Amino acid sequence: MLDQHRDYVLRTVEERGVRLVRLWFTDVLGNLKSFAISPAELENALEDGMTFDGSSIDGFSRIQESDVLAVPDPDTFELIPWSEPGAAEARVFCDIRSLDGAPFEGDPRQVLRRTVQAAHDRGFTFYIAPDLEFFYFEQPVEGKKPQPLDYGGYFDLTTLDAAGDLRKETIRKLEQMSIPVEYSFHEDSPSQQEIDLRHTDALTMADSVMTFRLVVKEVAASQGVHATFMPKPLEGVQGSGMHLHMSLFRGDENAFYDGADPHALSPIAKSFMAGLLVHAAEITAITNQTVNSYKRLVPGFEAPVHISWARNNRSGLIRVPIAKKGNPLATRIEYRSPDPACNPYLAFSLLLAAGMRGIEQGYELPEEADANLFEMDDAALAKLGITQLPQSLSDALRTMERSELVHDVLGEHIFEWFLRNKRREWRDYKTHVSQFELDRYLRSM
Amino acid sequence: MGAAPPLGASMLAVFADAVSPELARSLDLAGYSWKHVSSADDAADNEPADGWQGAIIDCTADAESAWAFARTIRKSDGSPIKVIVLVGGAQLGDLHLRDDLFDDFCLSPFHPTEFEARLRHVLWSSGDTMGPRADLVEYGQLVLNLETYQATIGGRPLDMTYMEYELLKFLAQNPGKVFTREILLSRVWGYEYYGGARTVDVHIRRLRAKLGEEHAGLIATVRSVGYRFGQSRWST
Repeated sequence: MLDQHRDYVLRTVEERGVRLVRLWFTDVLGNLKSFAISPAELENALEDGMTFDGSSIDGFSRIQESDVLAVPDPDTFELIPWSEPGAAEARVFCDIRSLDGAPFEGDPRQVLRRTVQAAHDRGFTFYIAPDLEFFYFEQPVEGKKPQPLDYGGYFDLTTLDAAGDLRKETIRKLEQMSIPVEYSFHEDSPSQQEIDLRHTDALTMADSVMTFRLVVKEVAASQGVHATFMPKPLEGVQGSGMHLHMSLFRGDENAFYDGADPHALSPIAKSFMAGLLVHAAEITAITNQTVNSYKRLVPGFEAPVHISWARNNRSGLIRVPIAKKGNPLATRIEYRSPDPACNPYLAFSLLLAAGMRGIEQGYELPEEADANLFEMDDAALAKLGITQLPQSLSDALRTMERSELVHDVLGEHIFEWFLRNKRREWRDYKTHVSQFELDRYLRSM
Repeated sequence: MGAAPPLGASMLAVFADAVSPELARSLDLAGYSWKHVSSADDAADNEPADGWQGAIIDCTADAESAWAFARTIRKSDGSPIKVIVLVGGAQLGDLHLRDDLFDDFCLSPFHPTEFEARLRHVLWSSGDTMGPRADLVEYGQLVLNLETYQATIGGRPLDMTYMEYELLKFLAQNPGKVFTREILLSRVWGYEYYGGARTVDVHIRRLRAKLGEEHAGLIATVRSVGYRFGQSRWST
């Protein structure tokens, strides 16, 4: 198959006059990295990969040799729709390999490949559809609070929605890059947007999320606007989440669906959910990887705090949406804690692995928690056996560190590097004296 | 009685789990030189300097790998290799919509004389030019150039990923027919792909977006069956 793929890519570069091919990959923290090669080098790159020095990439550095190979995945070759007319550019996602050709242990894309393959070996394909939230702001000025473009609210469609055109243009570009959009609308907070993508397999979706973040920022920047995926940029209003709709398919059949169950959920779906609930705290450092992430996970802003599930209760961690017309194919679960600043490759890997662990070990799904958990006190919650998600990055790291699951899925290299890097972030934050403290204590003490 | 192999390449590749004694005997008696290959890589590594004379692909044991092999060698660079496939009686359906992957087939268990005759005929025609190949597929305003892999609609170039292109090509080559997801997955992606049948929906959705609103209707959803490209055969 590869021959034909390669041919297709090389011919397209020639026929469409591509001047520059951008090789994309992702560092451990989920930042998109890129270097460009000329079309003349492409054939060689497809064959043998391109060597580069990985030592300055976050999470790639190793003690011994620092050179790694970027090997393009020809399946992901696309023309970039915002390149200048007459100077077409293309992008292709890469897998990172060691010089000996083995998958490089610091590459998040390989972690997801491995995890998806393990599920596939058991007959499952993992599908994900994310709801991505983000804010548009005026260009940020240091030391100043971010300035929204508008003060519109949920589903508002008025002249207030200054961002409507930006959103429309973003969707057009996303579709051109093979990323189908299901819905888009103005979210609850001022200048907050949501774009929901249509499900694909997990690896394609992780690539799509990386592309998505770039497209949103590119389109905004072209109009002098700053788009951000920061989880909680404004105090007192909702933050930005990345709810993930997930399902497992066996061939053409949705393994989560069971018509005989009162909730149409199969035993597989229930064990998968149980796996997510059992391991939720352990994987939170990855799904919510910044200090700021934990300012979103607080009561009162439609973000989950408790490790629970329910069908029609948006205060829980997992929601089971009611499928349209009881459509078996649409049966899915929605995992609500991740934010769009996470590394999608690592987050998807851990969610899949946690769910699969539940299936393999036959975890029992706890009772549905359909009351409003925010109104219950600790004693009542304890009685139901409901615990909370980690309250801070520090909490989350401590829980992750003890997790065998996270260690095994990420591999020693990423596991160790991530903990080290994020502990440093926590230390920097902890020693920072904030405006909050100055306002509150400086005069009164 | 053995047919003299044509000049030039003189080695046949035989893809099979294990070459059956009947097959080995027929080839030997007919005077062919042949080599057992177990994968596309194996075939590439062992290819004689003057190339393979042709390939015999035994689909009776492991059909999935056999078709994957056929697809790979059909799509590899260089001059096309003539292919004859061996299928069991229950596998005739597998031939449907795979016409591009083989030149002739023989039912297995086979009659040695028939097999030999078919093989001779296939190899004879390979001495010839491959015959005209349709390099353009056109449907309405859609044009696909199979040689350059480029596609245009109403003169506007379509930027597609490789699999989007392959899917559109397959559909445009078979207008008016309804295909299930499974058929599309097995004929376009081949078995080696593990995205699952829903992948087809994803790619159809992408293709429609790229064709643009005006042309998105070229690909119709046939409720609870699958997809159809272009006009139904039954409409006027």
